[in-house]
Amino acid sequence: MYAQMVQSEATAEDPEKLAAFQARIDAGEKIEPKDWMPEGYRKTLIRQIGQHAHSEIVGQLPEGNWITRAPTLERKAILLAKVQDEAGHGLYLYCAAETLGVSRDELTEMLLDGRMKYSSIFNYPTLTWADMGAVGWLVDGAAIMNQVPLQRTSYGPYSRAMIRICKEESFHQRQGYSIMMKMAQGTPVQKKMAQDALNRFWYPSLMMFGPSDKDSVHSAQSMKWKIKMNTNDDLRQKFVDQTVPQAEFLGLTVPDETLRWNEDKGGYDFAEPDWSEFFDVIQGNGPCNTERLAARNKAWDDGAWVREGLMAHAAKKRAAKLAAE
Amino acid sequence: MTDQTALFEYLLRLGDNTLVLGHRVSEWCGHAPVLEEDIALANTALDLIGQTQMWLGLAGEVEGSGRSADDLAMHRDVWDFRNLLLVEQPNGDFGQTLMRQCLFDAFHLELLTDLTRASDDRIAAIAAKALKEVTYHLDRSSETVIGLGDGTEESHRRMQAALDLLWPYVGEMFTPDAVDDAMLAAGIAPDLKALRARFDTRIDAILTEATLTKPDSTYAQSGGKTGFRHSEHLGHMLTQMQWLQRAYPGAAW
Ligand SMILES: [Fe+2]
Ligand SMILES: [Fe+2]
Ligand SMILES: [Fe+2]
Repeated sequence: MYAQMVQSEATAEDPEKLAAFQARIDAGEKIEPKDWMPEGYRKTLIRQIGQHAHSEIVGQLPEGNWITRAPTLERKAILLAKVQDEAGHGLYLYCAAETLGVSRDELTEMLLDGRMKYSSIFNYPTLTWADMGAVGWLVDGAAIMNQVPLQRTSYGPYSRAMIRICKEESFHQRQGYSIMMKMAQGTPVQKKMAQDALNRFWYPSLMMFGPSDKDSVHSAQSMKWKIKMNTNDDLRQKFVDQTVPQAEFLGLTVPDETLRWNEDKGGYDFAEPDWSEFFDVIQGNGPCNTERLAARNKAWDDGAWVREGLMAHAAKKRAAKLAAE
Repeated sequence: MTDQTALFEYLLRLGDNTLVLGHRVSEWCGHAPVLEEDIALANTALDLIGQTQMWLGLAGEVEGSGRSADDLAMHRDVWDFRNLLLVEQPNGDFGQTLMRQCLFDAFHLELLTDLTRASDDRIAAIAAKALKEVTYHLDRSSETVIGLGDGTEESHRRMQAALDLLWPYVGEMFTPDAVDDAMLAAGIAPDLKALRARFDTRIDAILTEATLTKPDSTYAQSGGKTGFRHSEHLGHMLTQMQWLQRAYPGAAW
C-alpha cells in the first residue's frame, strides 16, 4: 500500500521537474537540501534516514548491556568506544534528516510512541560475552554491507553521513571478530558461548536486509532515485558469501544444514530466515521490543528536567547578554 | 610503612578512583537525557578507564608480584579497594552524577596538576597525560552544574539536593593519612591542605554561578581511600565488574 502511495506521489509532481530531477540523479549529481525534490523522495528519505538513526540509538542498548560486565579493562574501553560511535552515528543521521525539514525531537517522539521503526535486530537479547563478539561480527558486518553502497546515494547530506559512518564501522566489525576469535580458541565453555551466540544471531542477522524486494514497486522507485542501491536479496547473498568462510576460520558451525557452495552462481545456497518471526518482531513482539522502547522512553522522560534546565539557563544567558548590549 | 608500600597504596588510590568512577559513568551508556550527553559521558568513562590502565599498571609494577592492571581490577575484594567514597556513590539522577563528577574533577584537576611535578617521572608522565583529559572533564561538568543549578526551579532543586547529599564525601579527599604523608615527604604527592584551598576557590566560584548553596557542615565520611570501611555500594559494583573473571577463572578474553 505504502509503496503504491509513494509511487502515486512521485507521479503527481510536475512531469518536467521530475524528469530534470531524475536526469540529475542519473548523471550522478548529488541532491542538496535547497534543491527541488519530489515529495515522495523527501518522505522516503526521512523515513529511511530516521529509521537508520533510531537503529543506531536503540542499538546502543544490547551492547551497553555488557559494558559494566566486560571482562578486561581493554575490552571495556573498546566496547565503550564502539557504543559511543553508534551514538555519534545517530547524531550524524539525525542531522542529515533535519536537512529534509524534520527535527530531531519530532523524529524522537515518533520512535518513542512507535510511529517509526528501528532495525529488528536490536530486539534480540545479548546473553553472554560472546554476544558482543557476534554483534560486532555479524550485526555490524551486515550493517556495513548495507551502508557501503549508500555512500554513493543521491542525497548529499545522507551520502556524507554514510561516508563518516562507514569509516568507523569496519573497526566495529573487527573488534567483534576479535572477541569471537578469543572465545573460539578459548576454553570449552568459551567455545560453547561462541557457538551459541552464532546460533542465536545468524538468522536475525540475515533478516537485517529485509524480505525479498525483487517485486516491490517501492524498492524499484527508491533504486531509481538512488536512495537504495541494491536489492535486499543481493546484499544478503553477499553477506552470506563473506561470512561463511569467517565462521569456518573460527571453527564454528553456521546453523543451516542446507548451506552449500553453489559453483554455478559462485555463491552459497542458504536457508531463508523465518519471515513470520521477522514480521512478529517488526510488529513489536520480539523478545526485547518492550524493554528497548521502555528504556528509550525512560531515558527521554527522566531527562526532561535536564533538557528544560539547560535550555532555561541558555535563555537566561541570552537575555543577560542582550540587556548588556 | 616502607616507601614502596606507601607508593603502591598511593597508586591504588589513583587507579581505583578512576576505575570506580569510570565504571559508574559507563553505567549511563545509552540512557542519558540527550544524545550529546550520552557521547560526552562515554567519553569521560573512556578517559577514566584509560587512566586506570596506566595507574594500576604502574601499581602492579611497583608491587613487583606480577599482578597486571586487570588482575588488580578484577581480583581484589572490597577491602582492598582504595578509592574515595565519593566515586563509588550510585549515579542517582543525571544531576547527581554530574555533581559527583564536578566535585571529583575539581579535586582531580588540582591533584594531577601537582603530580605532573612529582619526583617520580613515571607518575609525572601519567599525570600530564591525564591532566589534559581532566581539564576537559571539569569544563564540562562545571558547565552542566552551572546550567542546571541556574536553570529551572526543578533543576535547581535537584542540584541542591545532589550537593547536599554528596558534600559529606568531599572531606575525605583532603584528609591526609600516613600514605599521603609518606608521599608528600617523598616529593610525589602535594600538601592536601594547600590543595583544599585551591579546590575551595574553584568550587565556590562554580557554586556561586550555579546559584547553589554550599552546605555548612564540615562533617566528612571516611574509610574509602584507606579501605577501612567502604559503602555498601562498592560490593554490588564489583559483583558486576568482576563477574566474568570470577566465574571463569583462567580464561583469556
Ligand atoms: Fe553505527
Ligand atoms: Fe548502522
Ligand atoms: Fe557499528
